[in-house]
Amino acid sequence: MGVIGEAWNWLATGSHWSGGDGVWHRLGQHLFLTFVCLAISCAVALPVAVLLGHIGKGGAIAVNISNAGRAVPTFAVLVLLLLSPLGSHGQWPTIIALVLFAIPPLLTNAYVGVSEADREVVEAARGMGMTGGQLIRRVELPLAFPLIMTGVRTAAVQVVATATLAALPGGGGLGRIITAGFRLTDTPQVVAGAVLVAALALLVEGVFVVLGLALDPMRRKTGRRSAAFRRPPADQAPKAPALTS
Amino acid sequence: MADQNCLISNDWICGEYVRTRGQELTDATLQHVGITLASVAIGLVIAFPLALLARRRQGVAGPVLGMTTILYTVPSLAMFSLLLPVFGVSQAVVVTGLVLYSLTILVRNIMAGLASVPEDAREAARGMGYGPLRLLLGVELPLALPALMAGLRITTVSTVSLTTVGAIIGYGGLGNLIYEGMHSFFKAQVLTASVLCVALAVVADLLLLGVQRVLTPWARKRRRA
Repeated sequence: MGVIGEAWNWLATGSHWSGGDGVWHRLGQHLFLTFVCLAISCAVALPVAVLLGHIGKGGAIAVNISNAGRAVPTFAVLVLLLLSPLGSHGQWPTIIALVLFAIPPLLTNAYVGVSEADREVVEAARGMGMTGGQLIRRVELPLAFPLIMTGVRTAAVQVVATATLAALPGGGGLGRIITAGFRLTDTPQVVAGAVLVAALALLVEGVFVVLGLALDPMRRKTGRRSAAFRRPPADQAPKAPALTS
Repeated sequence: MADQNCLISNDWICGEYVRTRGQELTDATLQHVGITLASVAIGLVIAFPLALLARRRQGVAGPVLGMTTILYTVPSLAMFSLLLPVFGVSQAVVVTGLVLYSLTILVRNIMAGLASVPEDAREAARGMGYGPLRLLLGVELPLALPALMAGLRITTVSTVSLTTVGAIIGYGGLGNLIYEGMHSFFKAQVLTASVLCVALAVVADLLLLGVQRVLTPWARKRRRA
C-alpha cells in the first residue's frame, strides 16, 4: 500500500507537473504525437482500404499486414529506426514507427467493413443506377462506418501505447516519466507515470467509443439496426475488441 | 578478416557477432521462449474457467469481457510498471502482465468457439447419455477447437512480441539484447535480436497451426472431400 500512497503524493506535488520534464509538457507531447500520427495513418490507410474493399480485392494483403503488425515487436522497430540514418532526424523515427503500427488495424477493419457491407443492399444500389463513387459514399461507407471507427479506435490506442514505448529510445511523451523513474530507481514515480499513461489510453479509447456511436450514420437513421453490421472479422479478432460488445 | 571488421565498423549484419555471442543469443532466446510459454499457458488455464463461467451466467459475461478489454487497453510499459511494486523486479512482473493481456483474446475466442457448437450435436450427445463434463470435453471442446486455436495463435504471436518490453526490468528475453544494443549503438546486436524475435513468432504460429491440424483431423477430411 505504501507505494500507492507515495505515487499519489508524487502526482499531488505541483512541481512534478510544470517545466520541461513536467506532466503537462509530456502530456502535450504525447497528445501531439498521437494526433499527428493518427491523422497521417488515416490519410494513408483508409483510402487504400476503402478502395480495395470496394473492388473486393487484396483481402489477403489486408489480413497479412495485420498479422505482420502483431508479430513485429514495436520496441525492436523503434530501436532499429533510431540506429538507422533516420535516427539523427529528431522525432522522425518515432513518428514513422507510430504510423507503421497504426496502419494495420485501420487497413484491416476498413477493408473488412467495406468488402462485407451487405451485398444485397450494394446490389440494390447498383440496380438503382448508382456509380462506383456514389456506391462508396452513400452505401458502403455508411454501412462500414462502425468497423472503420473500430479500426480508428484500435489505431489510436496503439499509437498511445507506442508513443509510450518511444520514451525508451529517448522520444518525448508520458513514457519519459516512467523511464526517468526507472533511471532514478524511484518506484513511486514509475507507478505515477504508469497511472497517467493508463488513464490516457483508457480516455482515448472511451472518447473514440463515444465518437463512433455519436457519428454512426446508420444508427442515426435506423436506431439500433446497425448493430447487425458490427461483425468483427471471424478468424482474426481486431486487436482491441469493442468495449460495447 | 572481413568478418572481424564488421564488429568494429558496426555493420547491421555481422556473422562474427553471431559466432562470438552465440551463448548470449541462446540464453536470451531461451528466456524469451520461457516467458512466452509460461504466460500463454497460465493465460489458457485462467481463461478457460472464466469463459465457462461467463457462458453459464450472463451476469458474469459483461464484467469479465469489460475488465479484460480495459486491461488490454493499458500500454505494456505502463502495465509492467504498475505490476512492479507488486512483484518487485522479477520475471513474475512480465509474465503477469502478459497473462492479463492474453485473457482478452483467449476468453473471447473460447466463448465464441463454445457458442458455435451446433445445438444438434449437444442434443445428440445428451441423448447418448453424456454428462455435463463428458459433453464439454468430448463434444463441445473439440468442436470449439478452431476458434480456440485461432485465439491461441493470435495471443502467442503478440506475447512473443510484447515480451521484448520486459527489457525495462531486465526480463525481456531478446528484448534485453535490443535494449542493451540501443544504449551502445550496437547495430548487429539489435538487428539479430529483432530478427530472431520475429522468427520466434512465426515458428510459434506455424507450430500451433500444425497442432490444430493434428487435433482436428475431421476439418482436413472435409476440406479434401
